Amino acid sequence: MTRYFDVSRRRFLKTTAVAGAVVLAMPLLTRERGMRSAVAAEIARSSDAKLFAALMADGTVEITCHRSEMGQHARTAIAQLVADEMEADWDRIVVTQALGDASYGDQNTDGSRSIVFNFERLRLVGASFRAMLTQAAAQQWNVPPQSCRAEQHKVIHADSGRIIDFADLVDVVGVMEPPSPEQLTLKDRSDWRYIGHGKPIVDMRDVLTGRGDFAADVRLPDSVVAVIERPPVVLARATAYDASAAKAVPGVVDVVEMPALTENPVLYRPLGGVAVLATNTWAAMQGRSKLNVRWSESPNDGYDSTAFRDVLQRGNERPGDVHVTRGDVDAALNTADRAHSAEYYVPHLAQAPMEPPSATARLVDTTIEVWSCTQNPQADQSLIAEFLDVPPERVKVHVTLLGGGFGRKSKPDFAAEAAFLALKTGRTVRVQWKREDDIRHSFYHTVSAQRLEGGLDASGQLVALRHRSTFPTIDATFDAGAEQVPGSEADLGLNDAPYAIAHMRAETGRAPARVRTGWMRSVANIYHVFAQQSFMSEMAALAGRDHREFLLDAIGPDRVIDFASQGSNFANYGADKDEYPFDTGRLKAVLLRATDNAGWNRELPAGSGLGVAVHRSFLSYVATVVEVSVSDSGELSIPGVWVAIDAGTVVNRDSVRNQMEGASVFGISLALHSNITVNKGAIEQSNFHDYRVARITDAPAAIHVDIVDSDAIPAGVGEPGTPPFAPALCNAIYAATGTRIRELPIADQLRRKATA
Amino acid sequence: MQLIINGEKHELDADPTMPLLWALRDLLDMTGTKFGCGAGLCGACTVHLDGKAIRSCSTPLSLAAGKAITTIEGLSSDGSHPVQRAWAEHQVPQCGYCQPGQMMQAAALLADNPTPTSEEIDVAMAGNICRCGTYTRIKAAITELATDAMESQP
Repeated sequence: MTRYFDVSRRRFLKTTAVAGAVVLAMPLLTRERGMRSAVAAEIARSSDAKLFAALMADGTVEITCHRSEMGQHARTAIAQLVADEMEADWDRIVVTQALGDASYGDQNTDGSRSIVFNFERLRLVGASFRAMLTQAAAQQWNVPPQSCRAEQHKVIHADSGRIIDFADLVDVVGVMEPPSPEQLTLKDRSDWRYIGHGKPIVDMRDVLTGRGDFAADVRLPDSVVAVIERPPVVLARATAYDASAAKAVPGVVDVVEMPALTENPVLYRPLGGVAVLATNTWAAMQGRSKLNVRWSESPNDGYDSTAFRDVLQRGNERPGDVHVTRGDVDAALNTADRAHSAEYYVPHLAQAPMEPPSATARLVDTTIEVWSCTQNPQADQSLIAEFLDVPPERVKVHVTLLGGGFGRKSKPDFAAEAAFLALKTGRTVRVQWKREDDIRHSFYHTVSAQRLEGGLDASGQLVALRHRSTFPTIDATFDAGAEQVPGSEADLGLNDAPYAIAHMRAETGRAPARVRTGWMRSVANIYHVFAQQSFMSEMAALAGRDHREFLLDAIGPDRVIDFASQGSNFANYGADKDEYPFDTGRLKAVLLRATDNAGWNRELPAGSGLGVAVHRSFLSYVATVVEVSVSDSGELSIPGVWVAIDAGTVVNRDSVRNQMEGASVFGISLALHSNITVNKGAIEQSNFHDYRVARITDAPAAIHVDIVDSDAIPAGVGEPGTPPFAPALCNAIYAATGTRIRELPIADQLRRKATA
Repeated sequence: MQLIINGEKHELDADPTMPLLWALRDLLDMTGTKFGCGAGLCGACTVHLDGKAIRSCSTPLSLAAGKAITTIEGLSSDGSHPVQRAWAEHQVPQCGYCQPGQMMQAAALLADNPTPTSEEIDVAMAGNICRCGTYTRIKAAITELATDAMESQP
């Protein structure tokens, strides 16, 4: 595998004049060590070089962000990495958004990996520029390069006091060979200007003035809006509809039947249905309401999520597919001094990003050009190519800002709808999903039931644990009828239980997927950690011990866990176990920090309590403490939340803080309110009145975030704040009231209890 | 009909039942006002009508015609409105999609009541959903403006 610099001269942006510019790119993903050797320089004349950074004729540094921006501040963090190493002046950079293109390497913005994947290679791009600029200045001055240094968009020769701006070196740098990476010296951590503390987000002005371009904001000449009525049950197809009634609505220009989706696997393919195209969104919505679509039967018609709960729970009553096994759990539970079991349930959930899915598509010559709020533009490209039977190179995907993603926008069915309609009608088509469409046609977070059994010895120490989990797997979206849970889901909170106990077993049952199933922020960690971290609180209570002390004892001594030797298949989020070891010392440290910050042992008034949960996910260690207050009538409020995170090196502290705050509120939504139910195969909820998410009135009075200072390589931050929240809250409710919550959402469980 | 938006008059030939949101976004290409739910449930589409915060997704053109409409584009074009400045200072936005609506709601609140209490802030902002969960920052930004107003009172 090689990686190379692609140096080209490129048209100066936003002017008609052609001017010199230097473009550096490192298109291939390289995370492994020892890959820096095979570097080739390449001179090209191309206006669409695959660039990460370009030095323009006026000295402006254009940094390409190849990851999707959905609120995690990827565009800012990526710019920080390049600009810091380059010694670019922050006020002289611009950030452009990359098209979908395999030559960027991985662009799938999920799994909290934008920094994990790019921390080193983006700094190398910046360092390359810095080295070339320094050398160019040294050449001009006829002094050794070592006697010059780059600082804030200038190269300085201290001995002579000479200073030259980057802009004045563009022509020289443009004909230089870039250095090979092993010739480069990355800055010392102590010299970082932007990495670490962080910069304000680059899109702030646009966001504050309403100029940020989300997918639905794309305005192209002569475009029409399409609103699509989709089958209420997956795999049903339209059998009859009234196109003429829709066309009678002023502004409606066309009615188009979408290709039906009638077979598993559903993949990312559009669901089918009937599209109404109009000159404006309102007319399209009015037209759609006149369609009166009749739908065929579907093999999913019999799906009832209430009845399905029994199926899931029965799945946990017998041995399942084994993921972790060590010792003899059955014997240990039988001989334990005290044993306990509990069952937990988490329903289907919808990601419900604030921006409903939207995409625009048009045909330019033979190319389908798409603007999409996608987390994964290469998936848009491949899906559209396959769906429309065109070569992928004829699908050009622009990535807009995303009004939230949370996993929904990893699945670009909406972009394929726009592309189909553009190709079919020859028009420029903007597909707009209604909120009702978003709630009813998601790729849902799966529904799950879990059963845990634990045993204590006479001293109140955990000695045995069995965790069974049954849920429809996301694999069924890609593999018709798949029911066996893969490691990619079992690894998230099931295979990675960090307890130093001799007897442990983790198993999964099998269940069919009857709605489209997909990722949602932190994925299977949500239900696994809710169950497992709640159960640890139950076991601590059974032992009559302090929850924190019980957890620390169960985690055991500081060590790096070798999961393979512990009978676990845990794959460590695909990361190298030497680069990202599972370190129980770091796990315990965040547990101690969050609880200490919260004042773990302080006296609280009646009806108030503190609860904690701790988990490592996406390679970061997070502990969350929630303080809850429950009134006599069962009303709940959250005076405070304390989060401690060890994510290794952080690029932007305030963005990490923001992610922990947001992840906690995401946790409040799913813990308190959110619930997708299915009746006769159709989703019963439709909008924010019945699919409830947290509002400001649900928000904690304060969320205190403690970020561990660490020199370890960076880990994920977008998702790991979510898993500990719900169990910490429910453990706090137990501490406050003695009521154990084993089913989400909490909804009116406390109020019912209060009035009973 | 005539719409007066950010002080500028626009003549529109449109269905009077069309919600103001779609006239802004589709007929006038003013895309700063966002679509979130279409049912007055999330506040992403909040604009001012004669100074009051309203949900443009649920307000027909017939009710908006002739009245003073302020959108995010009119709050200030350079981000200099105190609410925008407070949002920047507190680094409120994550994805930013709901924030035009949040800021319009906050600006209307503060224009009406420059020194709202914590409870008054919650009541005023309860209709605006932020799925990214920036509520504590939204509240901190508004609280700071309220505190500033309190301190500058004679």
